Amino acid sequence: MFNSRNRTLSVTAAALATGLLLSSCGGATTKDAAPSAAPKSCVDTSGDTIKLGFLNSLTGGMAISEKTVSKTLHMAADEINASGGILGKKIVPIQEDGATDWPTFAEKEEKLLTKDCVAATFGGWTSSSRKAVKPVVEKYNGLFFYPVQYEGLESSKNIYYTGATTNQQIIPAMDFLKKQGVKTLFLAGSDYVFPRTANAIIKLYAKQLGIKIVGEEYVPLDKADWTTQVAKIVKAKPDFIFNTINGSSNVGFIKAYYDAGLSPKTTPIISVSIAEEEAPAMGHDVSGNYASWNYFQSLKTPTNPKFIADWKKYPGSSGVTSDPMEAAYDSLYLYKALVEKAGSFDVDKINAAAKANKITFNAPEGMITLDGDNHHIYKPGHIGRINKDNQFDIVWSSPEFIKPDPYLEGYDWFPAATRDALVKAAG
Amino acid sequence: MDSLIAPLLNGTADGALLLIAALGLALTFGQMGVINMAHGEFLLAGALTGYVIQQAISSTNGSILVALPVAFVVAGLLGVALEATVIRWMYDRPLDTLLATVGVAMILRQVVLDTFPSQGVGVVTPDWLDHQLDVFGYEWPLRQLFTIVLAAACLTALAALLKFTAFGRQIRATVQNRALAETLGVSTRQVDRITFFVGSGLAGVAGVAISLIAATDSTLGTKYIVSAFLVVVAGGLGQLKGTIIAAWVVGVSTAFFTQWTTGSIAQVIVFVLVVIFLQVRPQGLFTVRTRGLA
Repeated sequence: MFNSRNRTLSVTAAALATGLLLSSCGGATTKDAAPSAAPKSCVDTSGDTIKLGFLNSLTGGMAISEKTVSKTLHMAADEINASGGILGKKIVPIQEDGATDWPTFAEKEEKLLTKDCVAATFGGWTSSSRKAVKPVVEKYNGLFFYPVQYEGLESSKNIYYTGATTNQQIIPAMDFLKKQGVKTLFLAGSDYVFPRTANAIIKLYAKQLGIKIVGEEYVPLDKADWTTQVAKIVKAKPDFIFNTINGSSNVGFIKAYYDAGLSPKTTPIISVSIAEEEAPAMGHDVSGNYASWNYFQSLKTPTNPKFIADWKKYPGSSGVTSDPMEAAYDSLYLYKALVEKAGSFDVDKINAAAKANKITFNAPEGMITLDGDNHHIYKPGHIGRINKDNQFDIVWSSPEFIKPDPYLEGYDWFPAATRDALVKAAG
Repeated sequence: MDSLIAPLLNGTADGALLLIAALGLALTFGQMGVINMAHGEFLLAGALTGYVIQQAISSTNGSILVALPVAFVVAGLLGVALEATVIRWMYDRPLDTLLATVGVAMILRQVVLDTFPSQGVGVVTPDWLDHQLDVFGYEWPLRQLFTIVLAAACLTALAALLKFTAFGRQIRATVQNRALAETLGVSTRQVDRITFFVGSGLAGVAGVAISLIAATDSTLGTKYIVSAFLVVVAGGLGQLKGTIIAAWVVGVSTAFFTQWTTGSIAQVIVFVLVVIFLQVRPQGLFTVRTRGLA
């Protein structure tokens, strides 16, 4: 009896392990919703309130990052309500939990648009969540505001992208490295779509700039230990490490980096996902390393001090501000500006207003403008160096706000064939 | 030369960590037939205990030595609580324990999300571990050696407990024939509880060690639970030596494949190899030989 039970157990456990492994690979692609005539919107604009959907992962692995975005959206909604609402209507937020599960994101988006009849939706973090929402929001001709820097190569008339695309974060970082006289670069990333796409772009641009790529390593999101990979970096002796590792997976990398005797003095890291909230959680003093963002808490703009003070007071606030939360904050105000310019909550009228006007918002990162053609934002590029307080000293800024170019069409070193291949690969 | 030494040393350390994480499972799953999916969250509890202690005594150098025994007790008590409230009703129904403990794991993860800072917490590596040893030209992180020593200590303590103490004999008796053990005066309920305490406590120790290399956030447990189960199954149920060898083989082979390919491919290759191995040898590396229980 014992033996046969053992066998059942082994088989069960093996099946279980395989299943978990597969599910942890993640990124299950959502089938595109069948194209059909957009159903008539059920948004009710007759009363003195307007419903908006907030769709963030409040549970699961991404809750770590997305809860902050959710809170920031609520703070922006409270502020807008306190100052009279949108077109005189108070915002009623409907919060949904995407649960770090892409099919759930699609389901909840559908629910928000068809059952709750919200006028627009805000949220998402991972590219997988955005890709899951895209067909739904397109099917019902809704609106989705996405607040996180991403790999670009996408546009939709139903999505507004308020985080950076690659030419506003990756390319400024490379320009900065060139200015620093960097000759050799090592690419370290998590194994999913953003790092792979970003690195494809980095490699092309590096060739243009005359920077040599001396290694490229990816680690699965669910793996903690980087020691073996970092041993490869030690051997390659790069001038700089370009880090496209995702949020908390950075901790393993940073620990292995210092463990191996590397330091910002000899081999500095430039990151595109370590911000004010992540830096203190790295388990090591990371000062001296760099990050590329469009917003830093240390930015000296007229609007930033009030934004920081308001956030510190907000219930449940973590106390520090960061780029994705600022982009989420901006997204609600941009929506307000769009609706007011359109004079309507109607999606088509909003899109027309975006195209016809220069929609602007005096954001904490500066006076941002919406590009009505591709629904992205003109943003300033900044490089910050982490200081002892886990804040960023800004060491380089782009001369002007960078025009968003999600398909990198304005960069002649980026071949059309590569673009097509990457767009196809991104699905 | 160091293209061989680096993966061998790092893989051994990785395997050692996996071993501490798997030892507790080898006890509860291998010996008692309970599939405890909340084991990963006990790792997390250990890591968080390490963090809390580091904050409390604000000495990063000493805190880990305090954290190890405290994490053992904290995770152990969580294990006892789980045994008393959920698992005791489900012995001999492994699939039910699986489902119930998956639920418990989700609850624990959410509690952590709601209690600790949203970005996870930084557990600082003590200065005295922040060095490298020169091993034939390869600068080996000292922390790796520490992991191996820790695994050896856990293993020795567990083996001594099982082999040389009266309680160890009671565990083995209960595992081999519960009814007979009871008639001989062994309090099997007591044995279940204490086995769970020890198994879960080891997860707490592993958690402290993992917090030195990985992010201490709600996902920490999920990163290890699959590999740990795989090690226990591949090693053969109820066999500590199987668990040891399997952990070492998985650790070292992952490191070598990572050296030659990439981290993701390495992980896939190792999992495929283990699945193939289990096809050929469903019982794992070793099996328990008992009389009259087949």
